[in-house]
Amino acid sequence: MDLPHQGYRATKPRARAAPPTADSVLFDDTSSAAPAMNSQGYYTPGYNMAGPSNNMQGGAGPDLFADPMANAAMMYGSSLANQGKDMVNKEISRFMSVNKLKYFFAVDTRYVLKKLMILMFPYTHQDWEVRYHRDTPLTPRQDVNAPDLYIPTMAFITYILLAGMALGIQKRFSPEVLGLCASTALVWVIIEVLVMLLSLYLLTVHSDLSTFDLIAYSGYKYVGMIFTVLCGLLFGSDGYYVALAWSSCALMFFIVRSLKMKILPSLSPDSMVTGSSAKPQFRLYITVATAVFQPIIIYWLTSHLVR
Amino acid sequence: MAFTLYSLIQAAILCVNAVAVLHEERFLSKIGWGVDQTVGGFGDEPGVKVQLMNLVRSVRTVMRVPLIAVNAVCIVLLLLFG
Repeated sequence: MDLPHQGYRATKPRARAAPPTADSVLFDDTSSAAPAMNSQGYYTPGYNMAGPSNNMQGGAGPDLFADPMANAAMMYGSSLANQGKDMVNKEISRFMSVNKLKYFFAVDTRYVLKKLMILMFPYTHQDWEVRYHRDTPLTPRQDVNAPDLYIPTMAFITYILLAGMALGIQKRFSPEVLGLCASTALVWVIIEVLVMLLSLYLLTVHSDLSTFDLIAYSGYKYVGMIFTVLCGLLFGSDGYYVALAWSSCALMFFIVRSLKMKILPSLSPDSMVTGSSAKPQFRLYITVATAVFQPIIIYWLTSHLVR
Repeated sequence: MAFTLYSLIQAAILCVNAVAVLHEERFLSKIGWGVDQTVGGFGDEPGVKVQLMNLVRSVRTVMRVPLIAVNAVCIVLLLLFG
């Protein structure tokens, strides 16, 4: 009844690495106590079964099977799953640092709400400085200026769904269109991030903007796009243009203020005198070009949805 | 302008091919972009041109062998699937 289910769960490698206990700043776990129960890293969502039925960790549980063959098979399977999980973790951590990625998803509701408000109305926000805690930037939970990847990801998915809905309203929907829309938007994000990386490299801007930061800042435009498409659907063509103007201005202001902190003041005071005088100009050009690119791409990706 | 991921990959392959075919002594030295002309600014901030030359040289060095494989795969795929 329950036990075969648990066995199945234990061998299914939902690999979630155990949080490093040394880094208390990141993993201030505000969720419920459920993750703390499975200390060996098995992710069993919603399994709040107390008592002996929770001993699936490490294979102590399978002794409850009557058939010794099934016992042996169960232990073998769980050890295989362990090996597979370790191998997958090792391979993934060769390409991208999972800890760095976890930093971007350490958000909570209060941060998301404040950030969305800043994205739509950035004019009253005073302090744009990203705060640090002994050389590491603070997580988005503690600092509202920190970039995160949660909002861009959710906004991207919402945008795709909205695009499908808008095309359905115009009776132009088919399932391939969703995939096409998704890959088009993704390609534009990739192009923008690559151009930004290239220009930052060519102008030797030694900022601490990593690739994920750039993906985050580039993904914030999807919030503006969603707002624009919604207004276009609700209020027609006039509403679309008004919302486009509003979200373009807000997004340009947001991008300029955020990137100015990161790109421009990274000139060290002593090299400022000896460096070429064209440098600060180019950095300003990058910031302004990024900002100007946003409304163009918003218009490009949403105008066909609202006729 | 509907992109697929595959068109992005094709565009990237074409761009890297274009950078890889730039010949060192026949072309780059003639226009002043050769490797012997990078030694210039001794400040801690090399200019845009030096960075670009370094980028071209490193792309050519790194991507020469993998490009053979990638181009072969791309050609086969294009022949099979159009």
